[in-house]
Amino acid sequence: MTLILDFILRLGLWLLLAPLLPGVINKVKAWVAGRRGPPVLQLYYDLARLWRKGVVLSTLASPGFIVGPAVAWVALMGAAMLVPLGTAGAALSFRGDVLLLIYLLALARFCTAWAAMETGSAFEGMGAAREVSYAVLAEAAIVAAVLSLSVQTGSVSLATMLSPSAGAGAVLLAAGLFTVLLAENCRVPFDDPNTHLELTMIHEVMVLDHSGPPLAVILHGASVKLLLFSVFLTEAVLPMGDLTPSGAAGALAAGVLTVTVSVGLVESLLARFAFRRVPLLLTTAFLLCLFALLVAWKGGVV
Amino acid sequence: MSSGTLNLLIGLAMGLNLLALGSSRLPSLIRAVSLQGMVLGAMPLLMESKLDWRVGLVALATVVGKGVVIPTLLRRAMRAANIERELEPFIGFVPSLLLGAGGTIAAVALAQALPLLPEHAGSLLVPGAIASVLTGFILLIGRAKAISQVCGYLILENGIYLFGLLLIHATPLLVESGILLDLTVGVFVIGIIVDRIQRAFDSLDTRKLTTLRE
Repeated sequence: MTLILDFILRLGLWLLLAPLLPGVINKVKAWVAGRRGPPVLQLYYDLARLWRKGVVLSTLASPGFIVGPAVAWVALMGAAMLVPLGTAGAALSFRGDVLLLIYLLALARFCTAWAAMETGSAFEGMGAAREVSYAVLAEAAIVAAVLSLSVQTGSVSLATMLSPSAGAGAVLLAAGLFTVLLAENCRVPFDDPNTHLELTMIHEVMVLDHSGPPLAVILHGASVKLLLFSVFLTEAVLPMGDLTPSGAAGALAAGVLTVTVSVGLVESLLARFAFRRVPLLLTTAFLLCLFALLVAWKGGVV
Repeated sequence: MSSGTLNLLIGLAMGLNLLALGSSRLPSLIRAVSLQGMVLGAMPLLMESKLDWRVGLVALATVVGKGVVIPTLLRRAMRAANIERELEPFIGFVPSLLLGAGGTIAAVALAQALPLLPEHAGSLLVPGAIASVLTGFILLIGRAKAISQVCGYLILENGIYLFGLLLIHATPLLVESGILLDLTVGVFVIGIIVDRIQRAFDSLDTRKLTTLRE
C-alpha cells in the first residue's frame, strides 16, 4: 500500500512541478530584458485553457495523430519514474534501467515526429526531419555521458550510477549534458521556442497543427522532459550520496533551479545558431561527454 | 611537483587543441593558440620543486612570446590581409574535430603502451604532446588560409615543447630560449609573407599558390 502511495506521490510531484520550469525560464528572460513578463504559473493556465478546447483534425490524419502525443507523454512520464530523486531513489529501479530511459526518450521523440507527419503537411515533415537529424547527434552525446557515468561507478542502474565523484570529469560532463539539455529541449542556440518564423522552427513546426488537449499533452510532456534532463544533469554532476535526505532534496532543488536559470540566461544572452553550425556544437557536446568518458576510464590509471 | 595541477593544465591545453580545430573564425583560433602557449609557458614553474631564476625567466619569456608577441603579429597580419574567417577548409570543421578527438584518445591509449620512465608514467605530458602534434598536423593539412596554417604550426611546436618538458633537467636553457626566438622570428617572417601573398594573389588561399604565373 505504501508502495502505491509512494508511486502516486512521485507521479503527482513530477506532474505538478514540471510546468514550473518554462515559467521560471520565461521570468528570467523577462528580467534580463527588463520586462515584467508572464507569471511563473503561465503554463498551468495555458494547459488548463487548452484542455477545455476542442480539437481540429486534418482530414488526412489517422488515429495516430491523437495516439502519438499520448504515447509520447506516457513514455516521458515513464522515463521520469525511472529517474531517482535525491536519496529517495526512483519509483522503479532495476539493473539496466538506464537503457530503458534512453529508449523511452527515443520513443517519445518518435511519436512526436510521427504525429507531426500525420497532418500530411510537408512543413511539419520538414520539422520532423530536422528534429530527428539533431537527435542523432544529441543521442550520441547522451550515450557517451551514460557510458562515462557507468564506467565511473561500475554500475548500469540509475540509482547507483548517479553518484559521481567531483573532478575534471564532472566539469566536462556538466558542460556536455547542459548542451544536450539545450538541444533536446529545443532551447535557444539550437531552436527558439518563441519563434514562429517558418524557416527557423524545429520543434514548434512539429506541433503547429495540434490543438486542444493533444497540444496540452505535448506542452506538458516537453516540460516534463526539461525537468527530467535538469534532474539528470544535477544528479550526474553533484555528488550528493553522503547528504541527509532533506539536504539532498535541497541540493537537487537548488541544482534544478540553477540549471533552469542558466537556460534562461543562455536564452537571453545568446543568439540562435545558424543551421549549419548546429552539428558542430552538438559534436562538441558529444566530445565533451566522450572526454568525460576518457577521464572516467583512465582516471584511475593516470 | 604538483602533478594534479600539471595534468589539469595539460588537459586544458588538449581542450584548447579541440577548440582550435572547431573554430572557424580566425580571431578565436589565434586566441586559442595564444592561451595554449601561455598555459604551456607556465608549466616549468610547476615542475620545479625549488624556483630557479633562469627557469622563471624562460617561463616568462615563453608566456610573453607565445601569449602576447606572436598573437599580436598574427592579428596584425590578419588585419593587413583583411580576412576574418576560414571559409572552406580542405577538411571540414566537424571531421577535423572528430579526427582531433580520435587522435587525443589514441594518444592517451598509446602513452600507456610506451615504455616511459616511472616518474612520467602517471603524467599527461606524453599524451598531451602527441595530441598537440597531431592537432597541429591536422590544421596544417586541413586548412587553406595561411594564417590558420601558421596556427597549426604553432600548436605543433607547442606539442614538441611539451615533449621537451620531459627533459627539462637535461636541456640547457640556451636551447629553450633559442627555440623561442626561432619561433618568434618565424612567425614574424610569415606575417610578412602573408602580406606578400595577399598583395600578389588578392587572397590568402594557399591553393592559389599552386598555379604558376609570371
